[in-house]
Amino acid sequence: MAKAQAAVVGVGTTAYGRLPDYDAYDLGMWALTEALGDAGLKFEDIDGVIINRIPDYQRFCEIAGIDPQYVTITPGHGRFAAICIDTAISLVASGRCKTVALVYGNNGRSAGASYGGPEDSYGSGANGLWFPYGMTSPGAFHALMMRRHMGLYGTTPEQIAQVSMTFRNHAALNPQAVMREPFNLDTYLDARMICDPLRLLDYCLINDGGVAIIITAAERARDFPKPPVYLRGAALQTVFADSMFPPEDFWRGAMKKVTDRSFGDAGLSHADMSALMIYDNFTPTVLFSLEGCGYCGEGESGPFVAEGHLALGAKFPTNTSGGHLSESYMQGWALNVEAVRQLRGECGERQVSEAANVHYCAAAPVCSSIVYSRDAS
Amino acid sequence: MSFKQGITAKPRPRITPDHQPLWDGFKVHKLMLPYCEECGKPHLPPGPVCPYCLSDRLDWREASGCGTISTWVEVHKVWFPAFADDVPYNVIQVELAEGPRITANLIDFGGKIEVGQKVQATFDDVDEDLTMLRFKPA
Ligand SMILES: [Zn+2]
Repeated sequence: MAKAQAAVVGVGTTAYGRLPDYDAYDLGMWALTEALGDAGLKFEDIDGVIINRIPDYQRFCEIAGIDPQYVTITPGHGRFAAICIDTAISLVASGRCKTVALVYGNNGRSAGASYGGPEDSYGSGANGLWFPYGMTSPGAFHALMMRRHMGLYGTTPEQIAQVSMTFRNHAALNPQAVMREPFNLDTYLDARMICDPLRLLDYCLINDGGVAIIITAAERARDFPKPPVYLRGAALQTVFADSMFPPEDFWRGAMKKVTDRSFGDAGLSHADMSALMIYDNFTPTVLFSLEGCGYCGEGESGPFVAEGHLALGAKFPTNTSGGHLSESYMQGWALNVEAVRQLRGECGERQVSEAANVHYCAAAPVCSSIVYSRDAS
Repeated sequence: MSFKQGITAKPRPRITPDHQPLWDGFKVHKLMLPYCEECGKPHLPPGPVCPYCLSDRLDWREASGCGTISTWVEVHKVWFPAFADDVPYNVIQVELAEGPRITANLIDFGGKIEVGQKVQATFDDVDEDLTMLRFKPA
């Protein structure tokens, strides 16, 4: 077991929801200002910048008045949260940068972003073949996966509902969450179908908001006002071949690889995790992640979530902020911030007691896993 | 060739040179698949080379048209205005007897669609330029 090489020393978030007075630059600046304040740093202390979803890196740095020695920009796909964090770990571990700021800004709601339809570009470019059949959108792709899972393993809508209901209960304890009203099974089942088997409450929320994270080398991490949260393990695995169609294994193979690698680096196992942050663009992704990461067996995620293991106070409290389904769709970023805040003990009513390690994961054509810890080793 | 694709027209396939033989096959009511002459495997979507061994020696051969529904959805949301009168409509993913998967719609079925259901290719002449592959219960 190696000692952690990097740590999070600052996090910042904006309000979430409908924020028509802010564009993506404003939201990124708001979040970055918060994160720097949290870390006790000034803008000029940043020597590495990784931008996500904000349209232009030059304009952003111009607004911030900074000239970092390293900069890059990444596409506004949720899978890139972990890719950016993984890159930041490499930058500080290698000594290339001292202080890396990751900045995300999303004005999707006010800008009228939508997924699906003629402008949809989800996936591997299959649209030319899908559109004539009326097939489009990431949601429909996940609906295809969910139906196959239901067909193979007997997973039921009542089980799927547990994911959505549990996260909403968590959001009720999070003042920052956009959707805070708990709902019951009937409400879930009665919600309108979007793409059967997925209903409205299986879909995440398109919102405006920004998130920023400050990462530095582990050996410097004690010099900041807040207790450091160590990045003990991080791993990525792409699944691009044949990705026009949903993966036959529901991304299990790749999720197992990234979990094994990141847990191996951390020297930790499933039982050590105090909470899970699972990328929840749609409810099925949570089920597939639980199986892929090995929290339950192949095909067993339906009964597993129905047993209530994801709730606060249960074995693996998951998406304690409400996640993308109920807090806000910040494309993985806010879930990583929630991991940090849980480990600092900043989560108020939704705080997991004695949180020591938190596992972030995302099942997608780029699968990812990150282990956050209170301790460096 | 018709280029009208307003909000009243359903999206038409984007036919690249790699895909042309597939759509030419539909026109004469045949489901053609690109077979690799090196490793013998057929693949979809059509690509410039065999995705299994990267050979560019591809030979288009007629497939049986038999397959199994590997998954399906019923679309309720109007993502395309031209589908407004069709919702809810199904989209099925068929695993062909020859192996590759393909996306289409199921027609002429008795109300129930199931994962594992056997289906047979059928061809829908949309207009003089376009024939679409669909499936019906086998
Ligand atoms: Zn081949």
